[in-house]
Amino acid sequence: MQVSVIIAGFGGQGVLFAGLMLAYAAMDRDLYVTWYPSYGPEMRGGTASATVVIGDEEIGSPVVLHPDAAIALNIPSFRKYEPLVKPGGVLVYNSSLIFEIPERTDIQYVAVPANAIAAEISDTRVANAVTVGALAAVTGMLPVEALIETVDRHIPAPRRATVLPNQEALERGAQLAAELLKQSSPSALPHYER
Amino acid sequence: MAKELLKGNIAIAEAALRAGVDAYFGYPITPQTELLEHMSRRMPELGRVFLQAESEIAAINMVYGAACTGAWAMTSSSGPGISLMQEGLSYIALSDVPAVVVDIMRGGPGLGNIQPSQADYNQLTRGGGHGDYRCIVLAPATVQEAIDLTVLAFDLADKYRTVAILAGDGLIGQMMEPAQLPPMRERSRTRPPWALTGARGRPPNSIAAFGLEAETLEAMNWRLQAKLQRIRQTEVRCETWLVDDAEILVVAFGSVGRIAKTAVREARAHGIRVGLIRPITLWPFPYKPIEQAAAHARAVLVVEMNTGQMVDDVRMAVCGQAPVYFHGRPGGSVPVPEEILERIVELSKED
Amino acid sequence: MDEQIAVVNVQEQLVYARPRALTEETTNYCPGCTHGLINKLIAEVIDELGIQENTISVSPVGCSVFFYRYLVLDGVVAPHGRAPAVAIGIKRMLPDRVVITYQGDGDMAAIGMSEVVWAAMRGENITAFFVNNANYGMTGGQMAPTTLAGQVTTTTPEGRDVETMGMPTRMAELIAGLPGSAYVARCSTYDARTIRDARNAIRLALRAQMAEAGFTMVEFLSACPTNWGLSPQGALQWIKDTMVAYYPLGEIKVSEAVQRLKTKR
Repeated sequence: MQVSVIIAGFGGQGVLFAGLMLAYAAMDRDLYVTWYPSYGPEMRGGTASATVVIGDEEIGSPVVLHPDAAIALNIPSFRKYEPLVKPGGVLVYNSSLIFEIPERTDIQYVAVPANAIAAEISDTRVANAVTVGALAAVTGMLPVEALIETVDRHIPAPRRATVLPNQEALERGAQLAAELLKQSSPSALPHYER
Repeated sequence: MAKELLKGNIAIAEAALRAGVDAYFGYPITPQTELLEHMSRRMPELGRVFLQAESEIAAINMVYGAACTGAWAMTSSSGPGISLMQEGLSYIALSDVPAVVVDIMRGGPGLGNIQPSQADYNQLTRGGGHGDYRCIVLAPATVQEAIDLTVLAFDLADKYRTVAILAGDGLIGQMMEPAQLPPMRERSRTRPPWALTGARGRPPNSIAAFGLEAETLEAMNWRLQAKLQRIRQTEVRCETWLVDDAEILVVAFGSVGRIAKTAVREARAHGIRVGLIRPITLWPFPYKPIEQAAAHARAVLVVEMNTGQMVDDVRMAVCGQAPVYFHGRPGGSVPVPEEILERIVELSKED
Repeated sequence: MDEQIAVVNVQEQLVYARPRALTEETTNYCPGCTHGLINKLIAEVIDELGIQENTISVSPVGCSVFFYRYLVLDGVVAPHGRAPAVAIGIKRMLPDRVVITYQGDGDMAAIGMSEVVWAAMRGENITAFFVNNANYGMTGGQMAPTTLAGQVTTTTPEGRDVETMGMPTRMAELIAGLPGSAYVARCSTYDARTIRDARNAIRLALRAQMAEAGFTMVEFLSACPTNWGLSPQGALQWIKDTMVAYYPLGEIKVSEAVQRLKTKR
């Protein structure tokens, strides 16, 4: 069983780190995981992305054309990944910056005002964690507690000050998604509760 | 030691350090630059030699010089830089000194692009430079295997006093995966008797890929060939998976090997009798295992991130026992399991 | 019988011998070529400094390739132009050894310009001996970067046209202009005085390397009678009359550290 996520946004929105949170949490739970970034010139100010594949067996391709889920942090990413998410999949998007009207009926949209929530916690730099928390809650692919624990375990000494804001952001994102879930049916993605 | 989430390039650098590399010389090029950067910090920390060279040409020749002193020296690059190193590699090959080169392949020809590719297959496996020689070429499919094969590259380079190349690609270099690094190896650093150290209490040593008279150079060539023959006989490595009853044989190396594995698994779930051979040594190439597996196969499918450079080797191995098909994505495109599965399904329907 | 005894009793005084660092092999150099003389001068200084067992040579491609055979030293042959890079690889591993390159003008000033410039830029503690004979000798006398204006070679049959080929390259001045070079001299070997000066320059360059002063280079204006179409004597005369006018002899750069070595002797 395998689940794939693409996280995309502007360089500086913490796209790669958002993917790392998922990857570390998966590793900590002894799952197979690959993390693959976009790299090169597109990283210098354009749209960046990270692809994370988590599974309970060897992972073939770390590159995914049609992800089970996507997180879009800016408008170009929303436009790029909305059509690519697998039918039945999830698109979490940063509704503080994205005002697009969803076009598909076969995927689940999760609008998260990530920048606004992040600003309440500390600053917009944890907007990425808000969306990751929401993704985890809505898909159940990893327990939010696992992500919260992972952030504490893996953020290195020079950046320890970011642990608490990130944890709070994950939590807030998950809470919001849980409320949204009550209004709609839960995702059918595989979850890993090891 | 516990598993860590490691980026391929960093894992290779760290594995080289732990295997016992004495000197690193390199030049920035995407998608391998993290390797150079990691070395710039770690080598001085360990009291070893790091130098950012003015070009890949200089880098490989610095490797040559360092290797001549009996040191374990390495460099890393990607296609365009590897092309520039070919002259140096040719000299090293005939000089009988050990060296390790990492090629994190990208799209070519020319400047190409920086996306993953396997377009250096011919350059790496055929010698690449002028003259009759081959380099040992190792192709990892995972970050863990990149670590293991980096250590092996040093051991083989040292054992045979030859060039060992780790052939990764942008996927292997840039992706992160949980992997386990080996412990720091304590390695004897006594200089071998052939090394250039200053002729103290012994006659001078000369290292020269040079023999002015035909008889001299011919003898040197045959000596080199004898060594390469020993490598062919003892160092072939490949992964064979579900080939015993396979009617369709997929052959793919490196990161495409792992992608193809997913397709093979799915095809098996569809009831198609398909198996995979993943060459780990691209040179020496696993001709025998492919020949044996092809004996009962109806079709052989080669999948690569290029336009079919390995097909020649696979055809030689299959030796007419079954038709050889090809599916490839050049220019930095990465094949997805679905498209490989589609080809497997097509082939399974043919008679 | 008595006569023979008398001869044995004469006190022998050795006034000249082949340097220990020089091979007993007969060289491949052409008659009148001064490579052999420059090889010998370097060997003499290596003997004098007592560094034969501590010195590693890097030979290039071209006539100078034979340096690794004629000097009794550990040595390696580098790809064309790359001798400084190979030497740096050696020196970085063995910083207490003396590492020398011996390069011709095509090797250093054309194809190997990048490597030598960067060796000098970084102040690498190696010594480059640069043999300038104003043409590619090994391949039969083609235009080199150092070929003089108007000089006829097999690829400049009408003489070097500086309008299209640029002016001849003054390597010593070029290297002297770089921050990492410590000692740069241009010498020749056309008479007793220039031979003596050349030996002194070789000695100072090697002492500077041993003192870790930085990059050192000695350029030699060298005779190539075969390709110049001159007699050995005529070739020496051509260096003196024609080459020196464009390539002035003397010390081009002496860093403060090397200056101190000089006065210390």
